[in-house]
Amino acid sequence: MYQSGDTIYALASGLGTAGIAVIRLSGPDVLKVLKNLCGLENPKPNYAYFRSLIFQDKVLDKGLVLYFKAPHSFTGEDVAELQIHGGRGVIQSVMNALSQMPNCRPAERGEYSRRAVINGKMDLTEAEGLLDLIHAETEEQRKQALAQLSGNLGQLYESWRKQLVHHLAYAEAFIDFPEEEIPPEKEKQIDDDIRDLIEKISAHLSDDRRGERLREGFQIAIVGVPNVGKSSLINALTKKEVAIVSQTAGTTRDIVEAHLDVAGFPVILADTAGLRDSEEEIEAEGIRRAVKRAEQADLILSIQDAKDYPNTKKLPKALNEKRVITIWNKSDLLNKKISKKEHFISAKTGAGITTLWDEIKQILTDSFSGGVAITRERYRVALTQCVAHLQNALVAPELELKTEDLRLAARAIGRITGRIDVDELLDVIFRDFCIGK
Amino acid sequence: MQKGYDVIVVGGGHAGCEACTASARVGAKTLLVTHHIKTIGDMSCNPAIGGLGKGTLVREIDALDGVMGRVIDKAGLQFRMLNASKGPAVQGPRAQADKTLYMKYMQEELKNYPNLTLKEGAVEDLVFKDGKISGVLVNGKPIYAKCVILTTGTFLNGVMHIGQEQTKGGRFGEPACYGITPALKKLGLTIGRLKTGTPARLDKNTIDWSKCQRQDGDNPPKPFSFMTGDFAPDQIPCWITHTTPETHKIILDNLDRAPLYDGQIQSVGPRYCPSIETKLVRFSGRDSHHIFLEPETYNGNSIYPNGISTSVPKDVQESFIRSIPGLENVKILRYAYAIEYDYVDPREMKLTLETKKVPNLYLAGQINGTTGYEEAAGQGLLAGVNAGLKALGKRKKLIMDRADSYLGVMIDDITTLGVDEPYRLFTSRAEYRLTMRADNADLRLTELGIKVGCVGKERAKKFRAKKRALEKARAFVKTLHKTPKQLKALGFQVNVDGHNRKPLDLLAYPNVKWADVVQVFPELSNIKPEVAEQLEIEGIYQGYLARQSLDILAFKKEEALLIPEDFDYKKVGGLSNEIVERLEQTRPATIGAMSRMRGITPASVTAVIGYLKGK
Repeated sequence: MYQSGDTIYALASGLGTAGIAVIRLSGPDVLKVLKNLCGLENPKPNYAYFRSLIFQDKVLDKGLVLYFKAPHSFTGEDVAELQIHGGRGVIQSVMNALSQMPNCRPAERGEYSRRAVINGKMDLTEAEGLLDLIHAETEEQRKQALAQLSGNLGQLYESWRKQLVHHLAYAEAFIDFPEEEIPPEKEKQIDDDIRDLIEKISAHLSDDRRGERLREGFQIAIVGVPNVGKSSLINALTKKEVAIVSQTAGTTRDIVEAHLDVAGFPVILADTAGLRDSEEEIEAEGIRRAVKRAEQADLILSIQDAKDYPNTKKLPKALNEKRVITIWNKSDLLNKKISKKEHFISAKTGAGITTLWDEIKQILTDSFSGGVAITRERYRVALTQCVAHLQNALVAPELELKTEDLRLAARAIGRITGRIDVDELLDVIFRDFCIGK
Repeated sequence: MQKGYDVIVVGGGHAGCEACTASARVGAKTLLVTHHIKTIGDMSCNPAIGGLGKGTLVREIDALDGVMGRVIDKAGLQFRMLNASKGPAVQGPRAQADKTLYMKYMQEELKNYPNLTLKEGAVEDLVFKDGKISGVLVNGKPIYAKCVILTTGTFLNGVMHIGQEQTKGGRFGEPACYGITPALKKLGLTIGRLKTGTPARLDKNTIDWSKCQRQDGDNPPKPFSFMTGDFAPDQIPCWITHTTPETHKIILDNLDRAPLYDGQIQSVGPRYCPSIETKLVRFSGRDSHHIFLEPETYNGNSIYPNGISTSVPKDVQESFIRSIPGLENVKILRYAYAIEYDYVDPREMKLTLETKKVPNLYLAGQINGTTGYEEAAGQGLLAGVNAGLKALGKRKKLIMDRADSYLGVMIDDITTLGVDEPYRLFTSRAEYRLTMRADNADLRLTELGIKVGCVGKERAKKFRAKKRALEKARAFVKTLHKTPKQLKALGFQVNVDGHNRKPLDLLAYPNVKWADVVQVFPELSNIKPEVAEQLEIEGIYQGYLARQSLDILAFKKEEALLIPEDFDYKKVGGLSNEIVERLEQTRPATIGAMSRMRGITPASVTAVIGYLKGK
């Protein structure tokens, strides 16, 4: 069965020299390409063939050819994989040959997934999960993306959707079939079940943005007065020269970021401008940005000069609610006795850095543990709306208004997993109640 | 130009009655062809009109100046508002009819209708000229017309089942119609088969009424038609009895002789109107089911036992019916039967109910896979208006959508989704039901009817007077207000928050009725009851209606994205063949309709929008 549209191709393996490269094709003309390029006719689906790739009487390479027949393929279209040698020259020559085949063109970014979604091979949560899997940089990100792709989140939302269908159907049964003998206690049951559902979704929502943070990276902001050694700290923490280290106060005017993999968790470490009142326009702007960035952070490392111990410089008010670790830097210049409970470090010598890292790792582990987490703002918005409509449903003065609120709640959750249509409601009503006066 | 009619309507059932009168109303010279003039308007199944959703549909037909509402107001023998204890959006007027009176008044109406001729005869075939339909063949002779509307009900290749007994026929005692299905098939229309059924009829004089529970009509009753003035029908009661464990045993013991369970009937019947044997099999935990005993006429003998339609053999019918309290010695006047008939896949229809493949051919009623007198009548009216307008060469069309009427919901449902059982309306099918109520059908539709020319002068005048009065009253109530303190003093539980309350605001409080508002604002006492009713409902639903109107706005936006009738989906690219096939089969008129189709992914909707906008 042929599919409409162009046949697309792209290098499916990474760029650069490697032993093997995989070129993937998808679209209606895949079989024609296999015939013209590989001399392969009527290939058996899901079998590997060893073939020479010949274009304009020239052998380009020898390799494995696999064919997946529509709709049993990733995109739902005819798909083929050419596994060839990984050299740049070979890849180039095959790609060039493909570009000259009729109706073939290079795939656009994300086009394979888009075709898979259009053809109903995956739903949107799965597609987004796949996107995350491809872009996953750390181990924990990869696990979450894999869970989402295999439908963990999708299954959870689907189960709530099913419950909503059930409640809505029961409420509708009372409206549309008043002369049927529907047990009146079912009506009370609806409210109890709505309360239960509100509780479940709310608990899921109050996950402290765990999933999104894991996707986007855990944000740590380093703040402190000028010259206290923020930039040196980031260098010590990353063991890389990522920020300018200088003795002139106010050198770091913009925000410098380091992306780190800490025990499998993605961490974004941000060095900010020193906090002080500044007359200088550019520096003032840098400070404003520093505070703003710190406001968005999941954790703040407030760095203080050890010689001031135990008197801390106050953080801006906006950061009052934040989780903060106070760090006393320049411990190497200090002669006082230091408390074990406090973090005394020396960015210069590296003293105390390991202990600091241990605490950060503990915070990371704590904040990422728990059940299935929400991974996208889109889901959070839809679920929040859903809960609001369910709460309205509980206080609606009339049954037809309750169903209106339930309908809106169903629509909100349907934005994640798919629409609830009337036929689904009628299926429940006719399955559960004997209708037919 | 050949001599003939503008429009020919085939069939004198509920779809046919509305189709021929609607076509005549817009000015088209119309002919109704039916087997017998004396059975026009017959109620082949239950003697009742209206119900939830259905009652609202009757009001909509009436708002477009159809005949059903006025005739049932004259022929009804009991009137009830269903869901009277719930809000106005989910109430539905229902009436039991005297079926002989209903036929009588309907036939009088049709016989005296301007532009309308009635003719007895059997339609044997369709007549074509230049690929377009040009008439019908009656008794071997062609009759010509510019447009033809088929409203053949259950008559196409009808087969009735009583036990193993199979009889060909369109309904009890009448022949079926055999010529039309082959003609439709030849035109390439997709034909399917459905099943429905009707219970036995019982002799009133052999029922022990003392064992039944009495059910009376409303007092005072409400009429269907916006044109019906003083309304004081004579009302008689219905009665309720129930099945017993003995009834269930008799039926279940004889399941092997039930055509629904021995394989004799293969086609699908409606889930909401199951036979008694289906109820017993599917809900085996129940030991009793209600039966409503409904008189078919004021004075005749026939009683319709609602709830026990069946196709088991006659001897089983005799014994299970006599196991029911009150029916121990009952005489059966006519046995129950199931009927199978042909229908056309409604995805073959445009929103005007003209077939996509055959210009000028319209279908309405059960032939489109629906069930119910009201559903049939609504389609009849729509097809009649559109066929009439087209025959007269006018460009106007009557197109309804999901946000203006139940009629629009039904047309959209069947033309985009098709049917897999006989289609019936429910209020739950209408996502905008708070807005689309039985009480405001005229406000929603009469203006539209005036525009396309299917509303007569008398109704137009009455409607405009009501609308003016309502608009005046709406403006007036906005000028009135009271302070929270004043309201507290009058006994209202309001927050003293410094915000003045307008009259409609008070209606949003629980248990506040229009009469209470008039107490607070005596200036409103002159407002007419029909206008006050609208203001009261608008007050009760205030917040919800405002939100729904936003939804409707968004809905209308998607409906305004038209997909050309000959759109080539293959050009879009990236759509699978399966999806292209579905789209080519249904050819949704709008992006909105496309998104409601089954098996259409949001991404493919986006792809089509992208393509259309890119062009």
